[in-house]
Amino acid sequence: MDSKRRDFLKIAGLTAIAGIAAPSAFNTLLKGEALASAGPAASGHGAAAPTGKRYGMVIDVKKFTENPGLAEQCVTACHTIHNVPDFGNKKDEIKWLWVESYDHVFPEHSQDKRPDGLKGMPILTLCNHCEKPPCVRACPTKATFKKKNGIVAMDYHRCIGCRFCMAACPYGARSFNWRDPRGKDANGRPFIKAENPKFPTRMRGVVEKCNFCTERLAIGQIPACVEVASQAKGLIFGDLNDPNSEISQVLKTSFTIQRNPAIGTHPSLFYII
Amino acid sequence: MIEKALKGSTGYWVWMLFLLSLMGVGALSYVQQFNYGLGITGMSRDVTWGVYISQFTFLVGVAAGGLMLVLPYYLHNYKAFGRIVILGEFMAIAAIVMCLMFIIADLGQPMRALNVLLFPTPNSMLFWDMIVLNGYLILNILCGWVVLHSEYKGIKYPKWIKPFIYLSIPWAISIHTVTAFLYCGLPGRHFWLTAILAPRFLASAFAAGPALLLIIAMVLKRVTKFDVGREAQDKLVTIIGYAAMLNFFFLGCEFFVAYYSQIPGHMHTLDYLFWGLGHGDQVFNNLVPFMRASVIMGLTGIGLIFYSRVKQCDGLLVISCLLIFISFWIDKGLGLVLGGFVPSPMDYVTEYVPSFQELGVTVAVWATGAFILSILYKVAISVKLEKEA
Repeated sequence: MDSKRRDFLKIAGLTAIAGIAAPSAFNTLLKGEALASAGPAASGHGAAAPTGKRYGMVIDVKKFTENPGLAEQCVTACHTIHNVPDFGNKKDEIKWLWVESYDHVFPEHSQDKRPDGLKGMPILTLCNHCEKPPCVRACPTKATFKKKNGIVAMDYHRCIGCRFCMAACPYGARSFNWRDPRGKDANGRPFIKAENPKFPTRMRGVVEKCNFCTERLAIGQIPACVEVASQAKGLIFGDLNDPNSEISQVLKTSFTIQRNPAIGTHPSLFYII
Repeated sequence: MIEKALKGSTGYWVWMLFLLSLMGVGALSYVQQFNYGLGITGMSRDVTWGVYISQFTFLVGVAAGGLMLVLPYYLHNYKAFGRIVILGEFMAIAAIVMCLMFIIADLGQPMRALNVLLFPTPNSMLFWDMIVLNGYLILNILCGWVVLHSEYKGIKYPKWIKPFIYLSIPWAISIHTVTAFLYCGLPGRHFWLTAILAPRFLASAFAAGPALLLIIAMVLKRVTKFDVGREAQDKLVTIIGYAAMLNFFFLGCEFFVAYYSQIPGHMHTLDYLFWGLGHGDQVFNNLVPFMRASVIMGLTGIGLIFYSRVKQCDGLLVISCLLIFISFWIDKGLGLVLGGFVPSPMDYVTEYVPSFQELGVTVAVWATGAFILSILYKVAISVKLEKEA
């Protein structure tokens, strides 16, 4: 066999192997992405056929204006049961659920003329539990991931603290433990005022955010903030994929808006202003 | 071959001790950070990446800059780069080591860094960055060392190394492309969300990397007998000059898109970086002097570097290279990363100032890079001079 022929066979063989292996390798690599960008809606313009549960929330801002202090009560309930530390400064701040003004929740809806009533309206803000979460796409360790019920969850034990998810989140919903949340300040006051033994505290160097009260849903309870606001009907929580759920009915009959819809994250949060 | 690094003049040892002392000071800062947490830095909930990640981004460029020597020499057989190409490869090694150190310094849980390998996540650009950076490090150690060792032995480098050298060429492009993809794929950050980011990164890399190399080469010419040669020097001037011009062309494109379209999201960060961003009743502008200096220094450097070639003046060449290097260090090592966080997705403006400890760690990582570079260059130059003597 002359050397040219041998070279040709070598190249042909290698090409064939590469041709067979490449597509399957490619598919394997893309599997992770498929999980992050849930479902056929990723490619088309039409809405995808819903599969399984997808938890969502409607925030009826009017109810919070009518009941001053209610929004703050929701925040306190959330932060207390989830052992969210209070460092007393903005730089280290950790928050899962908080109150913002309209300008900051909807900066892209910047109409020149707006009703006076918008000023000072307490708008609750939390993780949007996006259908296509940029944070999940960015996380290099799958420490943040999307559950089958649509909740974007976190594994605090896997997080390496790179904060890529914080850069990726278009809603500023994520907080980082810049220092030990289990510690005390200079006056000996613990950052977690009263520790709830039913929920884990975090360690320093990891990211955290609202988990839609996964731990309460698991034992048949509704999220803490929803429970606090239940009498005023300020927060409606439920399965967006169930056409008969209360939330689906509300969404069918009321006009709602979402935060920054143009970027295609498909939040599970809806606002009635 | 490594024994060459253990024999040197008093100047060499003083320099190495100086670097070691900087590394020592920085190590103390890092111990403080390790014990307290990243709260010891100037970073905050709104500005979540600071000087560590911006240095990392810039240094990826310095590493990729070695391509401008490897490509002409090995692919186009451009002989004039024969003496300088090894300097490019060894600079890439030092730069990548610094990149990796900056990433580790920035992690909240550095002990868990290997989770990136334990739970490989191909949809994360950070996963790919880990692959391309480590790959490039290995390729440069392999190619640089094997080629130099052959020279040391007085033989031509073995044939099997060629594929690795060729592979390192597209790989150099990949490291800076993937690093740009860390930023330009994030939907909520207007300033980074631009398809021109990777090209811009590459253009600045191909200017800043060789500029640093020329500065070092000029220093080596002074303190050792090692001269990279007039022709190599002149060719590098062309490369640096045009790459720097491309960088400013790309920057100009960004300005046009933002200010002609008048889309607020596109303008905000540029406003913040170059003019000061009015927000509420306050004006935020702590990066403005730096960014303006960056543009002035860069443009002056371009003019001066070509003039230095006309005049054949090494002094002017060093000054112009310094101007270009510092210009791009400010542009990428400060403005690009910090600017991306202003304003925040919730339209707040938080300014960032690095803390003392943070700067200590930063200086230490640079000193470590210089330390590694000094050892590698000592070896390379000793071998080259010995063979030529």
